[in-house]
Amino acid sequence: MTIASAKLEIKPNIIDPDGFYNELLNAHEGLSEAQSTALNARLVLILANHIGARDVLSEAFRLAKAAGTPS
Amino acid sequence: MTHIFEIPLYPYERSVDQDSAEPAHHQVVVVGAGPIGLATAIDLAQQDVPVLVLDENDRVSWGSRAVCYAKRPLEILDRLGCGDKFVEKGVQWNMGKVFFEDRQVYSFDLLPEEGHKRPAFINLQQYYLEQYLVERLRDLQAEGKPIELRGKSRVTKVAQSGERVDLTVETPEGPYTLSADWLIPCDGAASPIRALLGLDFVGRVFEDNFLIADVVMQADFPTERWFWFDPPFNKGQSALLHKQPDNVWRIDLQLGWDIDREKEKQPENVIPRLKAMLGEDVDFELEWVSIYTFQCRRMEKFRHGRVLFAGDAAHQVSPFGARGANSGLQDTDNLCWKLKLVIDGKAPAALLDTYDDERILAADENILNSSRATDFITPKSAMSRTFRDAVLQLSEKAAFARPLVNSGRLSVPSTYDGSQLNGADCEKMPRRSRPGSPASDAPLGEAWLLDQLGNNFQLLGINVDLPASIEIEGISVASLCLTTAAGEQSLLAERYLGEAAQAVYLIRPDQHIAARFESYSEAAITQALRTAIGQRVKEVAQ
Repeated sequence: MTIASAKLEIKPNIIDPDGFYNELLNAHEGLSEAQSTALNARLVLILANHIGARDVLSEAFRLAKAAGTPS
Repeated sequence: MTHIFEIPLYPYERSVDQDSAEPAHHQVVVVGAGPIGLATAIDLAQQDVPVLVLDENDRVSWGSRAVCYAKRPLEILDRLGCGDKFVEKGVQWNMGKVFFEDRQVYSFDLLPEEGHKRPAFINLQQYYLEQYLVERLRDLQAEGKPIELRGKSRVTKVAQSGERVDLTVETPEGPYTLSADWLIPCDGAASPIRALLGLDFVGRVFEDNFLIADVVMQADFPTERWFWFDPPFNKGQSALLHKQPDNVWRIDLQLGWDIDREKEKQPENVIPRLKAMLGEDVDFELEWVSIYTFQCRRMEKFRHGRVLFAGDAAHQVSPFGARGANSGLQDTDNLCWKLKLVIDGKAPAALLDTYDDERILAADENILNSSRATDFITPKSAMSRTFRDAVLQLSEKAAFARPLVNSGRLSVPSTYDGSQLNGADCEKMPRRSRPGSPASDAPLGEAWLLDQLGNNFQLLGINVDLPASIEIEGISVASLCLTTAAGEQSLLAERYLGEAAQAVYLIRPDQHIAARFESYSEAAITQALRTAIGQRVKEVAQ
């Protein structure tokens, strides 16, 4: 399997953003903090595998870190 | 029953050196008669280099210790003339099962590539490996090869001066001194020689303890590797079950850091753990128990002038992935032909610096792989445990998560990419056989390719005429000429030709590929051989 080199999509790409966000929150409904953390970890792994491209994943790591760092 | 590790296989005997007026001089002295020291000595003696092995003990090691041997080391043991014994005795396995908490999450088949004489792995107690190597050493002695093994001979002093290494050897009858042109310490992770020379050994300590037990039982467990993460019988820790010959099962139980090691080793503490793992009604006998901690570290350089460290003395890894003894055997494979050429004056001493380059590359690969496995098995933070558990949970439902499960990436040989000894490459040919790589085996009718390679520089010609042998720099290079039928997709063609119609490979004595060409030219082979024996290498100041 070869995965073409690609760039991380940072423009809006989700159809129905409000519906997606609601589904994300619903997935955590009723979970303890530990269960939520575990769910998020599984989600990260599933989504990362779907993306596959290592350079895109590295870019996502950088963006996630940068967004949480006060400039 | 008397175990092989209880019998002195090379009891102390007084040597002529002890009665010599002047310290006796030896060409090569190997310290340590473990697997690596013995393999080194056998390799050198096969090439008629006189070698003396000194060991502080007089018998093989106690307990199973290194139990998993990969294909490449088995090929090296073939070259050392004793591969069949290991493979006949060893247990072959391909299936593995992974358990998480109370259930199996998946199983896997190693699916070894076809067309190799040797299997991907065998399990065998280390004491058998040592026993068979001692037997091979005795056979070589009977053939008149210059090899000697002295038991109960502990090196207590070592000094290097100019062209010589001086040693003091302690024996049951007192000390004596001798000297050597070359010293090869294969004296293990705690290497006394390394300590005597005051050399560094830096790296990472893992705060964990593992209980290993050899258990004899007549159980009907299949011949598989079972690995448990966080099982009910060892909460929060891991466990491994592996079959060895003679109905001996190897069990590794992770215990964590904060434990009383002496207490945990007592049978009254070990047996309940094993019962919880194997089932209350399984009959077993405890043969050996040990507790180990481990580190991932290496010496900055393996070569120190005329002292050449090999095996665990030079580099230490965690046991996950079976990269200890397996990589040590590859050290000797790399070192011995180089030392032989330097001793014979056919190659510059700088060739020995490439032992450092090539085997440090391999050691770093092994340390990286075993550190990653350790980090998966023993998560170092709450979040790394969260991700580890997430991977294991997903592995039950989705195939994508299984390659992320890391209970040890099993030992594979290193390709010496970027080595100063590598010569010309040909891009039409398969990447797996590029310069620096270990030659892949391939079936040749009833025979095997690797059985016809090794111990000397050789030319391998496929669909091309080569001179029977050529002489370069006083080194005789013989040819092996093979053909592939037109249109036939043989494994030989797949592994060595690729898109090329014909090929000429220059192969090193350790069966690694030095250079490859589409056609034969004596000038090009001469250049590649000169490169492969280190003529372009600048010696590092010692």
